[in-house]
Amino acid sequence: MTDPSVEAVPRQTAANGDVEVVSVSKRFGGAPALTDVTITIRKGEVHAFVGENGAGKSTLGKIISGVYSPDEGEVRVDGESMSFRSPRDAMDRGIVTIAQELAVVPFLSVEENVLLGAEPRRWGFVRRRTMRRRYEELSERVGFRLPANQMAGSLVTADQQKLEILRALSRDASTIIMDEPSAALSMHEVYALHSVIRSLTTSGKTVILISHFLSEVLDLADTITILRDGRIVRTGPASEETESSLIEGMLGRSLGQAFPTKQLAADDAPVVLEIEALSAVGVHEVSLTLRAGEIVGLAGLVGSGRSEFAMALYGATRVTAGRIVIDGVDVTHHRPDQSLRQGFAIIPESRKDQGLLMGRPISENVSLASLGALSRLGLMSPIRERHRVAHALKQVRVRMSSVRTHVGSLSGGNQQKVLFARTSLCGPKVLIADEPTRGVDVGSKRMIYDVVAEMAASGLGVIVISSELEEVLGLAHRVIVVRAGRFVAELEGESMTQQAVLEAAFTESAAVS
Amino acid sequence: MTEVSSEVLSPVEVDSSNFSWRHVGGLWRTAGILIPFLIVFITLSIVNGQFLTRQNLVVNILYLQSPILIIAAAGTLVLIAGGLDLSVAATFVLASDIAAQVALHTNPEFAIVLALLCGALVGLVNGVVVAYLRINALIATLAMSFVVSGIAEVATNNTFYSLFNKPSLGKFATTNFLGAQSAIWITLVVVVLLGLALWRTTFGRYVFAAGGNAEAARLAGVRVSRVRIVTYVLSGSAAALAGVISLAQTLTTTPYSNESSLAFTVLAGIVVGGTSIIGGDGSVTRTVIGVLFIALIQNGFELLQFNAFFIPLVTGVILIIAVALDVWLRQRRR
Repeated sequence: MTDPSVEAVPRQTAANGDVEVVSVSKRFGGAPALTDVTITIRKGEVHAFVGENGAGKSTLGKIISGVYSPDEGEVRVDGESMSFRSPRDAMDRGIVTIAQELAVVPFLSVEENVLLGAEPRRWGFVRRRTMRRRYEELSERVGFRLPANQMAGSLVTADQQKLEILRALSRDASTIIMDEPSAALSMHEVYALHSVIRSLTTSGKTVILISHFLSEVLDLADTITILRDGRIVRTGPASEETESSLIEGMLGRSLGQAFPTKQLAADDAPVVLEIEALSAVGVHEVSLTLRAGEIVGLAGLVGSGRSEFAMALYGATRVTAGRIVIDGVDVTHHRPDQSLRQGFAIIPESRKDQGLLMGRPISENVSLASLGALSRLGLMSPIRERHRVAHALKQVRVRMSSVRTHVGSLSGGNQQKVLFARTSLCGPKVLIADEPTRGVDVGSKRMIYDVVAEMAASGLGVIVISSELEEVLGLAHRVIVVRAGRFVAELEGESMTQQAVLEAAFTESAAVS
Repeated sequence: MTEVSSEVLSPVEVDSSNFSWRHVGGLWRTAGILIPFLIVFITLSIVNGQFLTRQNLVVNILYLQSPILIIAAAGTLVLIAGGLDLSVAATFVLASDIAAQVALHTNPEFAIVLALLCGALVGLVNGVVVAYLRINALIATLAMSFVVSGIAEVATNNTFYSLFNKPSLGKFATTNFLGAQSAIWITLVVVVLLGLALWRTTFGRYVFAAGGNAEAARLAGVRVSRVRIVTYVLSGSAAALAGVISLAQTLTTTPYSNESSLAFTVLAGIVVGGTSIIGGDGSVTRTVIGVLFIALIQNGFELLQFNAFFIPLVTGVILIIAVALDVWLRQRRR
């Protein structure tokens, strides 16, 4: 690690519009997101932050833009220490963020959006003509234009981004932070965005680019900072980096003993799930064969279509083409309740939004998906329910004082285990676990891995989706890399390395043809 | 077991400082409405001799509150499932109009059955519009209340019926049995059945799940739309039953304009009972106490000969306190 030290950044050179981040640390609920980060972003450069999901690049961007305030350290602009308490404060010092989720007012025109909150007015009335003149001047200065009268909501995503850039520049922004600006864009729009970014720097603006796309980063950036686990790996000129040097820098620590020993399924184990050319929203013609006892990991970037695949598989979203066969039964167009009856079980991506009834007791949360088996003619059998729920909870090692406690009062790890208890109570043949350890403490993680491994060992086919590469590699017997809704690589045994997964996830060329 | 897992096995991961709150949440909330209820009840029995009489408790309160209690009990299920039914007043009027008209020409039993079926139909339409057309429940049932009251007006040609010449339908509400009128017994049966459904059936669990977290419920195999539709059908049927009981009690129909505040009176009772306006939490028992609590206050005003104009004001203040309590409790639980 070559952290540039504070001394290496003399104060006098910093007095000309540079943004400095000095020994910044940030924790979220005890978990460190950034540790002792020091970088200098020079005026007029495109400075890219790269790293794996959760490496801290977005957090760093948000500290610079005032969304978060650092626990330790400071941000300096022009060598002057800033204590931004809100994005508004940062904006006043010329730092503006173009967020992943764009913030345009859909039913206002482009010019109204650009000058939103800063409209020229007299006695409370907007002065339309002055507004138009300012908008025209701005477009002239920036070098690209949008139709002033068009409704912002009718613009394509790339133009909405341009609108936000115009808005930023109308407030005399000197530094523009772009968080995954090309994630939602088509190829053509990406080119347009890139030329806008270049024109920004030629007019002396600084751009901080946070991106997953390494080719884009190498193409645009002057300087690249690589982050891993909230720390800076190195900051250096982009000309000295290549895609493979970046990937190497982003790679995490060794796997260690954080995972249970893999019990590979026999080659002749029965096929429990057969997916043929499945297509749905965000999923394009994916195929998969899953055997009993097998754990298949789905790796890929956030937004690559992994969760969309899970939801389509489970019948929670509409399947547009293809076939899903579970244990010989075609379940292609099933609703979730029908999928559940055929032996599917799902641990959804967000336990809060899609998983648990936070205000209800643990027992009700566990039994919810199996009420048919715990009742007679619609009347609950409380004794049977109590026994079965207690058994399921014991299997996944949830420890709590009473099953009547509200689920919301449990820790994240135990909440997740409650979901595992629910699925084990259904007696599924196939388990889909989407981000099974998100927001879970380290200790509970290992227990959840044990539960997943045990469920597979008992004859389930398991699909694990995770943004943590280590988790996928440590848990799965076979890894499929998803990019843009397609399965682009399948890795097994020796070839299951972080390097291989990252290459397939980030680059076009690694696609298996 | 490795070091990691043994470390996790030992602590009981329940936040013990807030544990007692959460554990007895339901009981506590029942107490939250029961205690004020008892205070008012005891106060009234001390300060006014007429309060603790059979005439006052059974006739003035229970018998006259029967229609509201029935609607509120079913409305509790609608609210818990994440819905809202503002059309109950219109359904109430439509059902009593239909029952009156049919009873005048044929027999009262047929009139009752037909009125209930109409109520169920209104509920079904409500449910389908809300669940499948995904129209906001407040707007959908508000619109339905215009439609249904309009139908009632057209169907009755804007006349009001009285059954004084054919009073046999009246027996439906007024027959005396074990010291109480049949209206009270019907109410008891409805309340107990709905309470049981919520407490001890799979349907009840689905109702809580649908309102607590619809997406989670759907992924856990709950057919959320169907559950919600059933709650609306129950609510419509209950409103119709209440309309018939009211007709049987008075032997006259009332114009919609006289009953238009009924939906809000019912809602006030449910919410004062601590059922959450945003769904996922509530109980029929508490709704009954909530409705009776408001009734007690009104009763107290009458007995003590206070100015009745203050009743809405007091009811409103109680409602705000109840909702504030709900918000506060929810925040604690998160």
